[in-house]
Amino acid sequence: MKKLSSANLITVLLLIVFFISLIVLEQLIAPTDRMNMLLVSLRQGSIFALLAVSMNLLNGFTGLFSLGHAGFMLIGAVTYAIFSIPLAYRDMVYLYYDYVIKVSFPEIFGNLLGGPGMMIGVLISIILAGLVTALIAFLVGLPVLRMRSDYLAIATLGFGEIIRAIIMWQGMGRITNGANPLRMFTRTDSFNITIGGYTFGLITFTLALLSAVGIFIILLLVTSSYGRAFKAIREDEIAAEAMGINLFKHKQLSFCISSFFAGTGGALIAIFMGTVAPIQFRAAMTYEFLLIVVLGGIGSITGSILGAMLFVFASMWWLRGLDSGAFLGLERITIFGVNLGEQVFVSGFRLVVFSVIIMCVVLFFRRGLMGDKELPYYVDKIRSKFKPTPKAGGVDA
Amino acid sequence: MSLYEFVLANLMSGISIGGQYALIAIGYSMVYSILRLINFAHGDVFMLGGLFMVFLAATFPLWVAIPALIILIVALGFTIERVAYKPLRTAPRMSVMISAIGVSYLIQNLALYFTGGLNRMYPNIPWLSDPITVLGVTTRRVTVVTPFLVIALVFALVWLINNTKIGIGMRAAAKDFDTSQLMGIKINSVISMTFVIGSFLAAIGSILFFTSFPGVFPAAGAMPGLKAFVAAVFGGIGSIPGAVIGGLLIGVSETLIRGLDVILGPANLGIISRPLELATFSDAFTFILLIVVLVFKPTGLFGDKPTDKV
Amino acid sequence: MPDNVLRLEDLTMQFGGVVAANNVSLEVNKGEIVALIGPNGAGKTTAFNCITGVYEPTNGRVSLNGEVIAENYPQGKMKELYKGENKGKYTKTVKLTPDKITYRGIARTFQNVRLFKALTVFENVLIAKHMRAKQNVFSAIFRLNHREEKRMREEAMALLVEQNLEHLKDHIASSLPYGLQRRLEVARALATGPSLLLLDEPAAGMNPQETQEMAEFIHQIRDRYNLTILLIEHHMGLVMQISERIYVLDFGKMIADGTPDEIRANQRVIDAYLGVADDAED
Repeated sequence: MKKLSSANLITVLLLIVFFISLIVLEQLIAPTDRMNMLLVSLRQGSIFALLAVSMNLLNGFTGLFSLGHAGFMLIGAVTYAIFSIPLAYRDMVYLYYDYVIKVSFPEIFGNLLGGPGMMIGVLISIILAGLVTALIAFLVGLPVLRMRSDYLAIATLGFGEIIRAIIMWQGMGRITNGANPLRMFTRTDSFNITIGGYTFGLITFTLALLSAVGIFIILLLVTSSYGRAFKAIREDEIAAEAMGINLFKHKQLSFCISSFFAGTGGALIAIFMGTVAPIQFRAAMTYEFLLIVVLGGIGSITGSILGAMLFVFASMWWLRGLDSGAFLGLERITIFGVNLGEQVFVSGFRLVVFSVIIMCVVLFFRRGLMGDKELPYYVDKIRSKFKPTPKAGGVDA
Repeated sequence: MSLYEFVLANLMSGISIGGQYALIAIGYSMVYSILRLINFAHGDVFMLGGLFMVFLAATFPLWVAIPALIILIVALGFTIERVAYKPLRTAPRMSVMISAIGVSYLIQNLALYFTGGLNRMYPNIPWLSDPITVLGVTTRRVTVVTPFLVIALVFALVWLINNTKIGIGMRAAAKDFDTSQLMGIKINSVISMTFVIGSFLAAIGSILFFTSFPGVFPAAGAMPGLKAFVAAVFGGIGSIPGAVIGGLLIGVSETLIRGLDVILGPANLGIISRPLELATFSDAFTFILLIVVLVFKPTGLFGDKPTDKV
Repeated sequence: MPDNVLRLEDLTMQFGGVVAANNVSLEVNKGEIVALIGPNGAGKTTAFNCITGVYEPTNGRVSLNGEVIAENYPQGKMKELYKGENKGKYTKTVKLTPDKITYRGIARTFQNVRLFKALTVFENVLIAKHMRAKQNVFSAIFRLNHREEKRMREEAMALLVEQNLEHLKDHIASSLPYGLQRRLEVARALATGPSLLLLDEPAAGMNPQETQEMAEFIHQIRDRYNLTILLIEHHMGLVMQISERIYVLDFGKMIADGTPDEIRANQRVIDAYLGVADDAED
């Protein structure tokens, strides 16, 4: 095994501290507390991070401008829900259809093994969600990945809509519940552990950990030989082919793996939200993830994670005041007879501010937060600021 | 309503919607053929056309509101290009498309903010919204007017492209962007003009489209925009008649799919006993069509073959 | 086993109504350095693209070490459009994608250097090792086959050392000066483990000294890696110095072939091409 460089070591330590603090925080903050927003944002932020990273694998590392993410997330979310609704509840969910799938993994394993079994069942459903999504992505990839770059964008966007239409179609109702939402499936409560009457809240930790595992696998992929081949395709398809890289096979690989994690991310979104309503998974959702990736820096995994966290924290929490009439005391200002608090900071303003920020990044800071660099690079950079080095030598990759 | 009347009514509204898609599609097609940019914001500009009209018609008489609307939308299209696309001219193509998506996101959020997300009733435009009866089918006048107006506009546009200096500049830039610059074509004014024309047609399209549509809401431009782009691809990017045919085909097929259960149902042809509920696919069908075209004839019906030099 | 490594038979490439290469036949024997020359637009790069699978020839056959790697005859619309010769001589279609052809042992460089610009020098070479690595995506992600990755890295590094590029290994490819970019492109091609190397204008844009170095470099790599080399070049000094045989294309047709001395004396070649070049060199 290669020895960890000190920058990597510091990064790993930072991550460990982050996860321990997640566990501690969840025990300290009661669900009714105002600070519970922090936990909710961390949960959603982690899942968004996985989804953004999986999109970055395709758009940033392989150079495929794909816009089908929302559709793939939907497949994952729906698959998870279908295989996780306890049988007893199915009649309440499938109000208009006779459901045909009568399997609930959390229930099966929960009955076998008790509490931990539930958890295993949830994991199995999540992985199944990823696999089903990857399989559909494989089929979608067959025609789409042979297209020119910009046609690929519009065709994947189209497939996102087609997938949504198929899931919402009444003909599929006995499986997907048509246009009606899926709900009452096993959720995050199964992540908590009860010991001696005291319940340890582990929801935030588990969701973050699951996302982190996914992100870590993508990180391993992009730093492997295959990851290098993906980057070669991004840089120059013709040269990559001349180096013996089978374009279609590698694109298909990247597409399926990215979709696998879009599917698992979709499953996590389902767990986080509690209902799956197909109508929400529109192209606009894909755009949001694309903008997160751009915000963080195309081609940087750390960037996508930071971008996702920023996006969620800003829209769920920090910029909330912009919608509800109080933001950093600015609400007291009145310009030209317009009071900011009452007339400007009303519902929807947050998103306007946010889109303006995004446009500024797109136009003026094209490299985003991290460019194509990762956290260890910046750890090194910051450290070198504190101790003067005699010469700027080559950075060890 | 008899089967004949039903199908005819569907066809007429399909052709009319198709014509409206065609007007939007031309904007996509011209921009794409010159800049190789899918202008994702074009559909939202079209939506703003609807929204502006709601506000304009509330304060001004129509003979002021309509010209004002057209000027506003044209100015908007021009500004978007100057602010969001021009600075990225030398950047990778993906960056420009991301910028377009960013603009689309911004416009939708602005619209959401200013409308509170509510569906706004589109004003009644007297002559256009009046009901008329054609061949036994009662419809709004706009349905009948649209195809003729589209044809007239297309002829005007084709004339413009073939006979004016700026039109020749457009064709040259579409053929070879870099060389046309070397040949002394003022590329920036050509591009601006392209956006001006595209926005002008989108403004007209918005008037026709929203007159027979329940209302305007922030995401109202997204789907028609995408369909119009598909129409442009179907007809062959860069080809104006192609965009029109693509638009018509998409418009007609989507209305027919919506009416399919009625046409095939027991009351009419009696081919099916239970509804297929394929109406869910009326939007998705466009994309199925797109994928079929891209797989079997990537250049569209009338498109040029792109050449990659190695 | 035939002596020739590469063999083109009646190769014709027609784009719509334009015949870019017409009935081109050539042979390159093992260990030879052969040049393909001719004025701009004579069809040299088209021939390269047909050999490497970028284009599918309209008619004719390409074989590598006696195995057919590309073969085609006019089909579909081309049946009527076809203006070339030897129609009907070929009846089979063999179509390999460029990556498969590289795998079989043909490596190439490009006329206008195509490096992986944003990647480092080391990564550029390492990518070429991917094709022959014994791994699958699962073993690569979970690092189950360390030795393979280590081997790839060592081989790529060794190649950089041999090519005197090792001190630049962490530099971004696009930051290198032009001459070094060309060298890197050759190194990258060598990393695919070829038996035949196609060089498309290796000395383009180089000054006389750099050109001289390139000539020595080509000789060196041929001997060191047991290569057979086919190159396109406009620089007559270089061509005459290093090639054992020369083929001359003009307007898509092969007008002459022979040793450098024979070519220098060939009137058709002088009329079509060399006359101009000689003037320019004076």
